[in-house]
Amino acid sequence: MKKIIRIGAGAAWWGDRVEPAQLNAEKGQLDYLCFETMAEATVSAAQVRARRDPSFEGYDTYLDDRMKAVLPACMKQGTKIISNQGWINPDAAAQRIVHWLQHFGYKGVKVASVNGSLITDKVLSMTDKILENGLPTSSLAPNLISAEVYLGAEPIALALKEGAHIVVTGRVADPSIFMAPMMHEFGWDPLDAKRLGQGMGIGHLLECGAQVTGGYFSDPGFKDVPEPWNFGFPIAEVESDGSATLSKVAGTGGAIHLRTVKEQMLYEVHDPANYLTPDVVVDFTTAKIEQVGPDRVRVSHIGGKQRPPTLKVSIGCTEGFIGEDMFFYAGPGALRRAELAKKILTERFRIVGLEAEEIRIDFLGLNAIHGAATPSDAPEPYEIAVRVAARTKTREQAIKVGREVDGMAVSGIGHTGKRVPHADRTREVIGVWSSLVPREKVPATVRYFES
Amino acid sequence: MKVQLQHVAHTRSGDKSDTSNIAVFAFEPEFYPLLKQQLTAEKFKAFYAGAIRGDVIRYEVDNIEAMNFVCHGALGGGVSRSLCLDNYGKALSAAVLGFEIDVPDALLPKLHGQALMKKA
Repeated sequence: MKKIIRIGAGAAWWGDRVEPAQLNAEKGQLDYLCFETMAEATVSAAQVRARRDPSFEGYDTYLDDRMKAVLPACMKQGTKIISNQGWINPDAAAQRIVHWLQHFGYKGVKVASVNGSLITDKVLSMTDKILENGLPTSSLAPNLISAEVYLGAEPIALALKEGAHIVVTGRVADPSIFMAPMMHEFGWDPLDAKRLGQGMGIGHLLECGAQVTGGYFSDPGFKDVPEPWNFGFPIAEVESDGSATLSKVAGTGGAIHLRTVKEQMLYEVHDPANYLTPDVVVDFTTAKIEQVGPDRVRVSHIGGKQRPPTLKVSIGCTEGFIGEDMFFYAGPGALRRAELAKKILTERFRIVGLEAEEIRIDFLGLNAIHGAATPSDAPEPYEIAVRVAARTKTREQAIKVGREVDGMAVSGIGHTGKRVPHADRTREVIGVWSSLVPREKVPATVRYFES
Repeated sequence: MKVQLQHVAHTRSGDKSDTSNIAVFAFEPEFYPLLKQQLTAEKFKAFYAGAIRGDVIRYEVDNIEAMNFVCHGALGGGVSRSLCLDNYGKALSAAVLGFEIDVPDALLPKLHGQALMKKA
């Protein structure tokens, strides 16, 4: 058994930067490089794209960029890769990775795909109620487009045990991607809640990449970090009980200190004593964090409780359309012109019979982001964008938003700044609902490919 | 003296469905009791009046001198349905930086961002 394993982050979401992943691969002296490339809605979006575009492969659209950037260094140094870039087609992703391995001249490398998270065909027979509203999941049947279970770390650890050098999965709980190598290397039992809790807590600190090294953190004058254009992605130096020291490649910007770690510890957490994952229930309220050096924070004593008997499933459904656009005012009196523009649009939507579930006309620069929570004494801005959005049942209705914004060009008021429409101003809404499935009903399957 | 929360705490928001969790972290251990006492779930929800439509539950996380406010009905029906430009509510955690906190004189030297201090 290794004494310390080094696990580095390679991505925190689909759109994340690639350069820090390459740097971690080249200079992080990593045992494992882990990629998290999904968000709650990624698979639904992938399903929508697959329906529209038959040539879509079903995996991370940046798979090529990421693998080209990290494969040479990872193969040279023996760093294993774990990634959820398989989205709705882990087999195709694995085969594509094999292609790149061959391209770089690496033969006989074992690549595993983890399948089983996608249960669109079976979800209605496996689930009972929608968590958000208590209605039966069968009510979603007419609009159902995808259902995927959040799998845990076990199938990844199994693939590693079977000798896989690269493991690519579909939907897996984000921190499980980072915890799986700990399970494998240290031989943790899947029911060892104490160690899994600690390891999963570290996984949670890594899963959002730069968010623990100074990204989504700095605020000038209050929370400054060096060179925020040059963040390194985190590396955890993990001990056999799951305790870990967080660090990053020397010479990168950003910072790792108690504040960056605390902020990430509670990110997207509800009850901090009961953070639910497929592998274990994590308790952050016992965690101990210590600054043990510059940009080095040791995290220990995270608690763990027995994993739940069920797994969470995210169910994506078509729910209509959103139409949106914006136009602009500036100079003295920008706000009074924006207010008249809002009145004109409200009347025009009535005239053209816009049928909408919700309409929102905001003044970007004043109240578009915080909405009703904007202080009543907020100062009048010099420039305002009037941003208009409506959610509708049909695309025909959603189109009316952009058409009426077009009308503001010459049939509006003085000093209206406006763009020529150059992009689709409507989009499909994929609503995401949750339910629970008994874990024994969704077995993962692992397939192996070789370069 | 009353000061804006940004001088005593830092915040971060995260999203799950229609729920935003806004965590508030004391800059200094001495500030934590002030936050606990003055930033109740009720006051928090009132501060976000209209933007948070459901319940606000406050979790105290003493080991890291933080509180986690779990705000239901804060994301316009859910990230994918929301008509808000910031549909993930990433910037939502900044609003509470303007909440007024009463700080005893003895602690004033410990305030953060003093160069940017505005009397609240």
